[in-house]
Amino acid sequence: MTQISVTVNRTTHAADVEPRTLLVYFIREQLGLVGTNVGCDTSSCGTCTVHLDGEAVKSCTLLAVQADGREVTTIEGMAETGGPMHPLQDAFHRNHGLQCGYCTPGMIMAAASYLNENPSPTQEEVRESLEGNLCRCTGYQNIVASILDAAGQMATKG
Amino acid sequence: MIPAPFDYVRADSVAEAIAALSADPDAKVLAGGHSLLPAMRLRVARPSTLVDIGRVPDLSYVREDGDAIAIGALTRHHDVANSEALQAGCPIVPYAAAQIGDPAVRHVGTIGGSVAHGDPAADLPTVLLALDATFVLSAAGGVTRSVAASSFFTGLFETALAPNEILTEIRVPKTSGGWSFLKFNRRAQDWALVGVAAIRSNGGVHVALTNMGLTPLRATGVEEAVAAGADLAAASARAADGTAPPDDAFGSAEYRRALVQVLVERSLKEAMG
Amino acid sequence: MATTEQYIGQPLLRKEDAKLLAGQGSFIDNQSMAGMVWMALVRPPYVHATIDSIDTAAAAAMPGVLAVFTAADLQGEWAGSLPMVWPITEDIKMPVHWPLTGDKIRFGGDAVAVVVADTRGQAEDAAEAVVVAATALPAVRDLEDAASDRSVVHEDLGTNNVVHWNHGGAGDQEVFTNAPVIVQERYTQPRLIPNAMETRGCLAYGSPAAGEFTLVSATQIPHIARVGHSLVTGIPQNKLRIIAPDVGGGFGSKLNVYAEESLALALARKLNRPVKWIETRSENYVATIHGRGTLHDCTLAGTEDGKILGMKFVELADMGAYYQLLTPGIPELGGWVYMGPYDIGSYWFEFTGVMTNATPTDAYRGAGRPEATFVVERLVDAFARRIGMDPTEVRRKNLHAPFDEATPFICGLSVDSGNYEPALDRAMELADYTQFRKEQATRRDSGDINQLGIGVCTYIEMCGLAPSSILGALRYVAGGWDGAEIECRPFGKVVVRTGTSPHGQGHETAWAQIVADGLGVTPDDVEVLHGDTSVSRIGMDTYGSRSVSVGGEAIRLAVEKVRAKARKIAAHELEVAEDDLDWTDGAFRVKGAPDKARTIPDIATSAWHAHSLPAGVEPMLEGTAVYDPPNFTWPGGTHICVVEVDTATGKTAIVRYVAVDDCGNVINPMIVDGQVHGGVAQGVAEALYEEAIYDELGNLASSNMTQYLVPSASEIPEMLLDRTVTPSTTNALGVKGIGEAGTIASPPAIVNAVIDAVSHLGVTSIDKPATPERVWRAIQDAKGGAA
Repeated sequence: MTQISVTVNRTTHAADVEPRTLLVYFIREQLGLVGTNVGCDTSSCGTCTVHLDGEAVKSCTLLAVQADGREVTTIEGMAETGGPMHPLQDAFHRNHGLQCGYCTPGMIMAAASYLNENPSPTQEEVRESLEGNLCRCTGYQNIVASILDAAGQMATKG
Repeated sequence: MIPAPFDYVRADSVAEAIAALSADPDAKVLAGGHSLLPAMRLRVARPSTLVDIGRVPDLSYVREDGDAIAIGALTRHHDVANSEALQAGCPIVPYAAAQIGDPAVRHVGTIGGSVAHGDPAADLPTVLLALDATFVLSAAGGVTRSVAASSFFTGLFETALAPNEILTEIRVPKTSGGWSFLKFNRRAQDWALVGVAAIRSNGGVHVALTNMGLTPLRATGVEEAVAAGADLAAASARAADGTAPPDDAFGSAEYRRALVQVLVERSLKEAMG
Repeated sequence: MATTEQYIGQPLLRKEDAKLLAGQGSFIDNQSMAGMVWMALVRPPYVHATIDSIDTAAAAAMPGVLAVFTAADLQGEWAGSLPMVWPITEDIKMPVHWPLTGDKIRFGGDAVAVVVADTRGQAEDAAEAVVVAATALPAVRDLEDAASDRSVVHEDLGTNNVVHWNHGGAGDQEVFTNAPVIVQERYTQPRLIPNAMETRGCLAYGSPAAGEFTLVSATQIPHIARVGHSLVTGIPQNKLRIIAPDVGGGFGSKLNVYAEESLALALARKLNRPVKWIETRSENYVATIHGRGTLHDCTLAGTEDGKILGMKFVELADMGAYYQLLTPGIPELGGWVYMGPYDIGSYWFEFTGVMTNATPTDAYRGAGRPEATFVVERLVDAFARRIGMDPTEVRRKNLHAPFDEATPFICGLSVDSGNYEPALDRAMELADYTQFRKEQATRRDSGDINQLGIGVCTYIEMCGLAPSSILGALRYVAGGWDGAEIECRPFGKVVVRTGTSPHGQGHETAWAQIVADGLGVTPDDVEVLHGDTSVSRIGMDTYGSRSVSVGGEAIRLAVEKVRAKARKIAAHELEVAEDDLDWTDGAFRVKGAPDKARTIPDIATSAWHAHSLPAGVEPMLEGTAVYDPPNFTWPGGTHICVVEVDTATGKTAIVRYVAVDDCGNVINPMIVDGQVHGGVAQGVAEALYEEAIYDELGNLASSNMTQYLVPSASEIPEMLLDRTVTPSTTNALGVKGIGEAGTIASPPAIVNAVIDAVSHLGVTSIDKPATPERVWRAIQDAKGGAA
């Protein structure tokens, strides 16, 4: 076992982990934050996307030990408990950007990271930014619309 | 699946990493892990020890150094893609880095990891081969050696790295002429079915190919033809000379040979135009 | 029903979203229990082999391992083999299918042993340590090779040709030899892997002492699975509860009774521990059903001026190594739509199902109808090319005339309603059809490297499964009805229990819209429960675009029952006769004195405290309905795709995609559009990207998500949608269903477009998916030999 300390959604957790523990299973099974889903075993689908030090990463392709001393944000950390939804969550709701909801946390985390880098993207740029996040329900049309909508909302609110 | 069990060593310096590698012949270096961990999850790779160099200080940088630009091996694809020094001094490198995998992969994967993995389907090795880049390898006792890209890639997933060496720096020349990087894939996130990097240089051109053999390859026939004054179409017709592309269900060798000629011609037009 | 429709037809935002957006879904891998252990399957690297020996000793000794079992160890657990419920002919050959195989490995997912351990990793480690000695046998993958019986998958059956079904034909069969124009084509359709973003998984637990068990499973069909797993495990249905939690997509892949679910139940019983299994993605590619896998020989009889006289299809269909729940029924399901929306005089369809050494096939989004529509629409285009007529003109000339009452079609079934030409017109308008044809001609003239192609699909589909009597006639063992229960709580809230089992389709919202309109409450007052056999007692689940036209209609009927009971109570309280009440503006009102009124919340409260109910009226305001549809529903429409093909590389880009669908009346247009978007995206995937590829030994080469190309937002185009509305005559809601239309209509539209882009070069056919290499090769072949 290896001891690590990871700050997840602004709370620091010290834990012993088997070195082979993937970050996503550390988050899900040791911390009980099950909003981050797993969809593949080849880093292809992006379902497990979380933020590591503010940037989107695939938590199924990182070891928990690699996150030692770093900050992780998951879908559970996007809105304060009991507080309003993050503009992306709200936009996904208003634009029917989700159906089964399984890819949704990863989509939102990927989009949030991308909008940090490019706050006012074109539709084509949004589509490119989602190249590593797969959805089987929506045909992406309303996901893309949701992200563009959220970008507009976030820009307005400054 | 999750990876098979392994011992984990976190190296705080290059020297520590080399010592750990030397102690276990089945050890592997973990940088970003974006080539290694997927293979470990499918249990097609099962190293007995992982030597994590992710926290070794001072291996993530892009610095100008005379006529060259030095890139630390732990520099992430994302940082390579957004490096102003590279965008100004050697723009093909950030352009290609921005096409690796997807944004989340680029936030973790490193240039050193990509080069050391020795995958002929990867983007950056081809670009670095076309650039005549130099790789700095570090061994025990602070000993370093430089290996030219042309002699670094020795086989399928095989490189000139010795078991107790670590790639620490990539040095690329500053370029000022035209260039082109064309990656032909079916999905944006995929590896190239075939890729081409072309760099104009002193009136001639350097052309390197992705996924046309066991290693990234220089298209020497094309380069010679251009140097000899052939028109671009005639030069491109030699793009498949000396290649041995994969011949599998995802792309026949015949198709890849045809495709590489089309892509090289387009690439030459971009680079020479 | 309601005098005013306030919510039906409105794009209400979904009630489902809040928890999913917060990461609070109840997906199967989010469920765990005290004492829970993990199951892993041993699937040796063979696709056809006799098992010589299995050594479990090393695995059993590994850390955390509770038990390792082979087929022989578990034989006493089974009351029956895994069920196939659609023996479509009297003489169908039925291979036996045990949860673990004991004699032979017949496909890559065929498990020979199961490991139970304390953790996921320990179970996976131990599964790797089971040593299996096996002798490889020749594998059959190609359908004609399998049909030759060179190597037989099930020796006891003596042949791979396990089922032959013949529609019997209709009309003059002579046209297929003596018509002025005969077009003959052969089309192959590869296997597809469904790829719901959530893989399968389950958690089984219970009390061996009481003989009671619960299976929580990522399934589309909790109600059907209860029957199935009871038959397999011997746990009586009244002691077996199945729960479908939030399910991360299905597309038919979770419409099954799977070995792993039965194993988890049997091991929970045997070990007295909760047993959990989560499928990995790579495992999913071999262990979860595939779709498609067909070879069609097609004949069209027509006239030089574009009239289609008849169409005839003879199909070989890949069953895989065993049947799963519906396997042989899937090609038959397509067997009723081989006329498309066309008014033709002659019809023929027959198919042979063959066993191969691959994952069983079963329902994948569209289930039989995409296979049929693809070959029909390819064939119509081939006919148009032959006679030199625009493909939209050929279609227009043959579309069935409009009808608004159920009308017999050549396939032998009655179509509920149809009006096909307006959708064609609207799609052509949205696609700028005429303008793109001009642009295409310009590019052809200039010899542009990038050529334009325009593809059309006019389609009809059969959904709303299904009238139980017709299912019976087709030898399906169950019915096609669905149930609904409505319970009006005191003070105004309503609980609805539906027999449908949504996994992304938005039933919680759409059903609430129906109930809100019917009971004069708001959708927020309505909670729709589903997916648990102990909560929603009466159900037939979600598949085959059936939910709104069967389950939704059941909701409407239950609403009527509630209102009928409420009317009695209202009349009693208002001291008038029932006939003196109008249902207006969400309340029962006395005729001529509308202020004298009772709302449903008022009446629900009265019925709950039951202080003064009319004679013979039981307490509680509730209503239950079980609805068996009198007919299928038959959506239709037109999809048009414009592509640009790089003729040097063969790569296709979609320039425009237009879908004009007619799914009858619409409950929630936002949800309907979402279903079309997703369906079309899966069709784009089928047309251009996805195929299960096998190596020469029969192993799945596209064995994970890096090699099986599920497209992303970067590959899927923006779509232009519109609708025409021809209400169904099958149900009072007038709804038809929209879950599969996109997947049915889009592959032929896209592949027709790709062929159209290079047809002037001499290309007449390109197989699906139209990969760059296939397109390039077709061009080379048309030029006279590959380069």
